[in-house]
Amino acid sequence: MKLLKLSNGRISPALEASLQEVSLSEWRENPTAHADATALVISNDASLVDIAQDISGFDVIILEFPQFKDGRAYSQARLLRERLSYTGEIRARGGVLRDQLLFMTRCGFNAFEFDDVGAAEEALREFTFAYQPAADSAAPIWRQRLAHARAA
Amino acid sequence: MYRYDEFDATMVAERAAQFRGQVARRLSGELSEDEFKPLRLMNGLYLQLHAYMLRVAIPYGTFSSRQMRRLAHAARKYDKGYGHFTTRQNIQYNWPALVDVPDLLDDLAEVEMHAIQTSGNCIRNVTSDQYAGAAADEVEDPRPWCEIIRQWSTFHPEFSFLPRKFKIAVTASDNDRAAVRVHDIGLRLHKNEAGETGFEVIVGGGLGRTPYVGHTIRDFLPKEHLLSYLEAVLRVYNLEGRRDNMYKARIKILVNAEGADHFREMVEEEWAQVNQPGIDLPREEVDRIHDYFEAPAFETLPANSTTLEERRATNREFARWLRVNTVAHKAPGYAIVNISLKPIGGIPGDISDTQMEAVADLAEQFSFDEIRATHEQNLVLPHIRKDDLYGVWAALKAAGLATANIGLVSDIIACPGLDYCTLANTRSIPIAQRISERLADLDEQEALGELKVKISGCINACGHHHVGHIGILGVDKKGEEFYQVTLGGSAAEDASIGEIVGRGLSSGDVVDAVEKLVEFYKKERKDGERFLDVYRRLGADPFKEALYEAA
Ligand code: HEM
Ligand code: SF4
Repeated sequence: MKLLKLSNGRISPALEASLQEVSLSEWRENPTAHADATALVISNDASLVDIAQDISGFDVIILEFPQFKDGRAYSQARLLRERLSYTGEIRARGGVLRDQLLFMTRCGFNAFEFDDVGAAEEALREFTFAYQPAADSAAPIWRQRLAHARAA
Repeated sequence: MYRYDEFDATMVAERAAQFRGQVARRLSGELSEDEFKPLRLMNGLYLQLHAYMLRVAIPYGTFSSRQMRRLAHAARKYDKGYGHFTTRQNIQYNWPALVDVPDLLDDLAEVEMHAIQTSGNCIRNVTSDQYAGAAADEVEDPRPWCEIIRQWSTFHPEFSFLPRKFKIAVTASDNDRAAVRVHDIGLRLHKNEAGETGFEVIVGGGLGRTPYVGHTIRDFLPKEHLLSYLEAVLRVYNLEGRRDNMYKARIKILVNAEGADHFREMVEEEWAQVNQPGIDLPREEVDRIHDYFEAPAFETLPANSTTLEERRATNREFARWLRVNTVAHKAPGYAIVNISLKPIGGIPGDISDTQMEAVADLAEQFSFDEIRATHEQNLVLPHIRKDDLYGVWAALKAAGLATANIGLVSDIIACPGLDYCTLANTRSIPIAQRISERLADLDEQEALGELKVKISGCINACGHHHVGHIGILGVDKKGEEFYQVTLGGSAAEDASIGEIVGRGLSSGDVVDAVEKLVEFYKKERKDGERFLDVYRRLGADPFKEALYEAA
């Protein structure tokens, strides 16, 4: 499985640096035993309430899609970005399909365990605008409308 | 009516292009049917028993003549010359070929139409009162808020893979014509004591195999906070809704498992933390969207029309249609006209391309170019001058669209059932046709008064049987088709779930059963009582007896 990373709006293959993964529950049970861990794996049924402390030392958080249709990690990613102001990598693992990449990036994912760079590039280009604000920098359509109206 | 600007138009055009790519990948074999399935289901394309079915959205039921003509064109070009209006203010085409679907979507995109989020586990096409903007009894037009919800929910990145589908309905009247109490979220616009309008937020209603009437989790939400509040509800649901069992995945199961009070706390806690100013639209944008729904330029007319009264006095058939199919309008001298898609013995909700053209012509000429689709599978011309009613009636009659049975026993909701649907136990359409033929006499029907018969071919309840005054549910018993009768349901402001009254009946007996129930009602009713009122007064037992005694 390749790893793709999104940076400055461009998606490209990344060399998978070997990470030392630890799950949230293992970490919470015994942080000292996992002092060398470099990536925190948060299962998609984990609550993100009171998690600020746990994530503070990590630059990579892995969120899981046990099946592509299990969309809990979209909310988790937004919470990490918008509520916990987490700025590191959020990586999507599991049921990661081409046609979900845009939703994922909008929710704050910036790394994907996904094989096909060409398909990913295409998928991220399919829509010019977005109606609603999310965790990305896209200005929602209504903001652009207001800007137009004010400029006119 | 709302009109697309360059942003909306780009969204829909890009969606059509994206889907064209997905279909091409399927046709080339790059995608298997399994991989294609979730993609097509994000765009209203189902695989039914005999063919693909495409479901096209009519957001909150409002559309124009131009759009109706394009729907007629699509019926001719890509289907067998007809379309089917559903209970969710959508239209379905039952026979398009997969290779043609991208062209069909391009044709629709040209007139600001699409199939976005008409299926899949996302926020579905938002529905509303079919009389919105015309009804004498509304506090204000609910459609600007529907349009605001439409835009916010379209390709919502966080809520496109919910535990299950999610349906939002909005009404602005105490007479609920949008069934808001049996939706995942129902919104009722009303006035508080200070005279401001806001939303009652009702959550966790639904039909399907576990029907529930929804719970009010907020009596009064200031309008400007609608989107942030919806976002909070949806986030709680996305994170906490069950995913282990698709039959328990709807929000109604979560709300009832947590209890309405605890669910309310969960939502309020989330809402306190969401970025309200970022999500809620600024005043300017709310106003801009409201401007599209300015009332049309109604003429100043006397409340009554003398030409109308002359016609009414001399033409019994017309007079009946006026009584049954027209409704009070907020502007003096105007009326709301219902067009029944339930001709006696016909297929509920079906309409031919020529009939669509006829409706489009009438709307253009007489109804400020507006048409509505209803959740009861009918159509509405919302703004007809009383002086024009006779002419409109005559034209509808010529097109086979003047059946005077709105709200009566033959105005039946029926799901597609075994004639189309892969999940069906039984057929629904032929039962509807036979009930309608059996009780065909319109004088009799009118004398019976409001009586809502709703038929589903399986427990998924697409035909709303749970909320029928008389509900009919198709069940499979050892390979044979049987029908269970439920009584006492309602989808209106007095919402209730019907009760099963006894053993299943054969397809022959079920038509007799409806007739028996009707006879019993006639015997028991007191002044002005509807079927539902008598049922509520007497309870199930006497009806049960009437139903099974002679059988
Ligand atoms: C290919 C045909 C169809 C399939 C496979 C299908 C499937 C389903 C399923 C599985 C449910 C149950 C959902 C649940 O309880 O979670 C359902 C409910 C429903 N469907 Fe359909 N349906 C079809 C056609 C229709 C049509 C034609 C209509 C409109 C006339 C419709 C309107 C509804 C409504 C109103 C509900 C119940 C309300 C609720 O969501 O609780 N469906 N459908
Ligand atoms: S109620 Fe059952 S049979 Fe009828 S359309 Fe829905 S899924 Fe099909």
